[in-house]
Amino acid sequence: MNPAVEISQTKELDLPPELEVVNMTKQFGQLIALDQVSLTLKPGTFHALLGENGAGKSTLVKCVMGFYQPTSGEVRFNQQVQTIASPRDAQRHGIGMVYQHFTSVPAMTVAENLVLCRYESAALIDWKAEYEVLNAFMETAPFKLPLSAIVAQLAAGEKQKLEILKQLYLKSKILILDEPTSVLTPGEADEVLGLIRQEVVAGHLSVLLISHKFREVTAFVDEITVLRKGKFAGSGSVKDLTIADMAEMMMGEKRDPQKVEKTVHPDPTPVLQIQEIHANKDNGLEAISGVNLTVNSGEIVGIAGISGNGQRELVEVLAGQRIATAGQVLVNGEVYRASRREMFKHRVFVLPEEPLKNACVPQMSVAENLALRTFDRSPQAKGWMLLFKPIREAAQRLIKIFKIKTPSPETPVSNLSGGNVQRTVLARELSSDHINLLIAANPCFGLDFAAVDYIHSEILETRNRGVAVLLVSEDLDELLKLSDRILVISEGKFAYESPIATADFAAIGRSMAGH
Amino acid sequence: MATEALGWWGVPLGIMAGMLRGSAPFLFVSLGECLTEKSGKVNLGLEGTLLTGAMSAYAISYLTEKSVGPAISPWLGVLVAGLAGMVLGFIHAWLSQQPKVNDVAVGIAMIIFGSGIAFFLGKPFIQPPAPQLPTFDLGAWSNVPQIQSALKISPLLIIGILLAPLMAWFFKSTRWGLFIRAVGDSPDAALAMGISIAKVRMLCIIAGSFLAGIGGAYLSLYYPGSWSERISSGQGLMAVALVIFARWNPIQCLWASLLFGGAQAIGPALQAVGVEGGYYLFNASPYILTLLIMIITCSPKKTLTGAPGALGTFT
Repeated sequence: MNPAVEISQTKELDLPPELEVVNMTKQFGQLIALDQVSLTLKPGTFHALLGENGAGKSTLVKCVMGFYQPTSGEVRFNQQVQTIASPRDAQRHGIGMVYQHFTSVPAMTVAENLVLCRYESAALIDWKAEYEVLNAFMETAPFKLPLSAIVAQLAAGEKQKLEILKQLYLKSKILILDEPTSVLTPGEADEVLGLIRQEVVAGHLSVLLISHKFREVTAFVDEITVLRKGKFAGSGSVKDLTIADMAEMMMGEKRDPQKVEKTVHPDPTPVLQIQEIHANKDNGLEAISGVNLTVNSGEIVGIAGISGNGQRELVEVLAGQRIATAGQVLVNGEVYRASRREMFKHRVFVLPEEPLKNACVPQMSVAENLALRTFDRSPQAKGWMLLFKPIREAAQRLIKIFKIKTPSPETPVSNLSGGNVQRTVLARELSSDHINLLIAANPCFGLDFAAVDYIHSEILETRNRGVAVLLVSEDLDELLKLSDRILVISEGKFAYESPIATADFAAIGRSMAGH
Repeated sequence: MATEALGWWGVPLGIMAGMLRGSAPFLFVSLGECLTEKSGKVNLGLEGTLLTGAMSAYAISYLTEKSVGPAISPWLGVLVAGLAGMVLGFIHAWLSQQPKVNDVAVGIAMIIFGSGIAFFLGKPFIQPPAPQLPTFDLGAWSNVPQIQSALKISPLLIIGILLAPLMAWFFKSTRWGLFIRAVGDSPDAALAMGISIAKVRMLCIIAGSFLAGIGGAYLSLYYPGSWSERISSGQGLMAVALVIFARWNPIQCLWASLLFGGAQAIGPALQAVGVEGGYYLFNASPYILTLLIMIITCSPKKTLTGAPGALGTFT
């Protein structure tokens, strides 16, 4: 009998320990990221940690995991105070964390990743013995994965399952999940969380879930703790709380859901026509295989999909960052190759994802970045001369209108926060009076509620002016809220199309998963 | 003359002899670079390391001949060449892991530094003969002198040939090997596992430079077998290109090294059978091969398969 298997069988009989965080404070220089927060994770419960971006959720769990040392406060296991100096210490106490982004090595197999994550493995790996142990482990695991598969070839849902399997393989009794479903389809998310929930109910695990999806919280979670601006903002049992209560705890005030007002445009004309576009990924494999799409004026067309199904490449083709291998793009009925002259002529504007990387020159000032579309035309230029006064004045005007928080127009744009970089790009792309076509990709990724609302209202307002909008997003709620028509992209092809009024949530989820 | 007796057979024989004689420096440097790049760093400075290794091996072999005897002194030279490589590797590792420092820029600086220090310290050793490394004469069965000389094999080459599968096994079946691949492919994942990226890369660069230093010792103590400033003729840089060709696989590094060693011998082999025209052109074949490999394997439209995910990025 293998000793590793024996240990796992005896260990499964006891409950996970009770984890208490008591009056924890963490300061980074002047900034108090976490202020006297306490939390209790009872054995065998599913606990959610809620809060807006920057509320201190990540700081809290990183203190528990030993990535950060708290300024004050303590962590207790079954009422015993313990210091956790490193993630390795945390593993010794049976705490494991699943991160928002995958932490498996893509070029390795499932088996190699599992063996690699163990801190106390032997220097030499006896693959025959390891495979025996791993096969035995897979027999008892809540989900199964092929051990010899290369991780890079797994679907997103399977990768996330591997992350969780790793923690089970390490015999973690307390699992911290940091927005584990952000890259999964609704169906995959329900499956993964449901299987974890079974383990929790069976008393094998306690789970602390960081999430902002109320749907998941109400479906799977027993108790919640809410943080707001680094402080404890409330806690309770999910069955005693409504979604409105939880939202109020997170925001600090009651908020009415933002109203979406759409004006109807009587005679839509096709603005963007994508005809049989093919394009390759960076590694030369085909990412988009022949898509056709028309976007009319005064219409928002949403493209849903799990990241990595070709949407990034499609946006890059439309933005002129990638060359299509076949097919053509028409704007206003003319062939469009995304040259600067054509962009100006057809008034095409783009809000790409990762705006600092894709739409800004990081070391240039906010004013210069705001002028990237207009610096070579009157009034910002005269012949080949740039006129800095009008550039600066235009920047000051935009900074005011779009409420960009920057010390001065001369500050390098890379010094701004993510939300303000996004506002800078938004200001540049949406300030023109004569927009004809707007292409937006994940415009709200990583922004807080207020910024998201603001960007949504700007996009809607643009649409109501008669602009054709193509919105690519991984956030289904955003697409369902804004779009007039929704499509699903899966493995480089459109797998679903429907007007928003008759869109079927379940069918969208299925098409995203490629069924 | 035996050459005439062999006729055109002399050409493939010459190329094969060149493979066995000239590929070891490529092999050691490319294995060293393979190890370094697997951890996600590029070390272009191995050209400088190769020269420093060649110079220090030769100098030590010469200087210790009297005290330890001509049998041991070249091996002492090999060891010191490796150690000298480690010192240069440490400098590269330390510099290239400073914030906002570019691997390639440091690498070029290290080429200049390594060759500069080798030329500076090596001046007194250009003339005097130093004891050479021994060889295994596997061609004793034949009475054709070309075959006899072609099958003279240095123990260093055998060590190198054994090292390639050993390194492949190391990457696959040891904990350290997995750590290195994790660091090179996905530093975030490595960090989440509590692996120190800086430490792993530091050790990989130093170990890789150790191998490159030994490659240098082979140059000055076996083939061509003396110390001069033109001894490496860019082999260190070619070996770096070779790692890309070999797709970061140690076994393929071995085959690629043999190919380059053979290419190096095309010119001399043709000359031996009396083809005089285009001698310099044929001598340039390793460089042309390098250029061709770069053109064939590089494309603006796709990334290379097999490349460590974090190679040359700032982390």
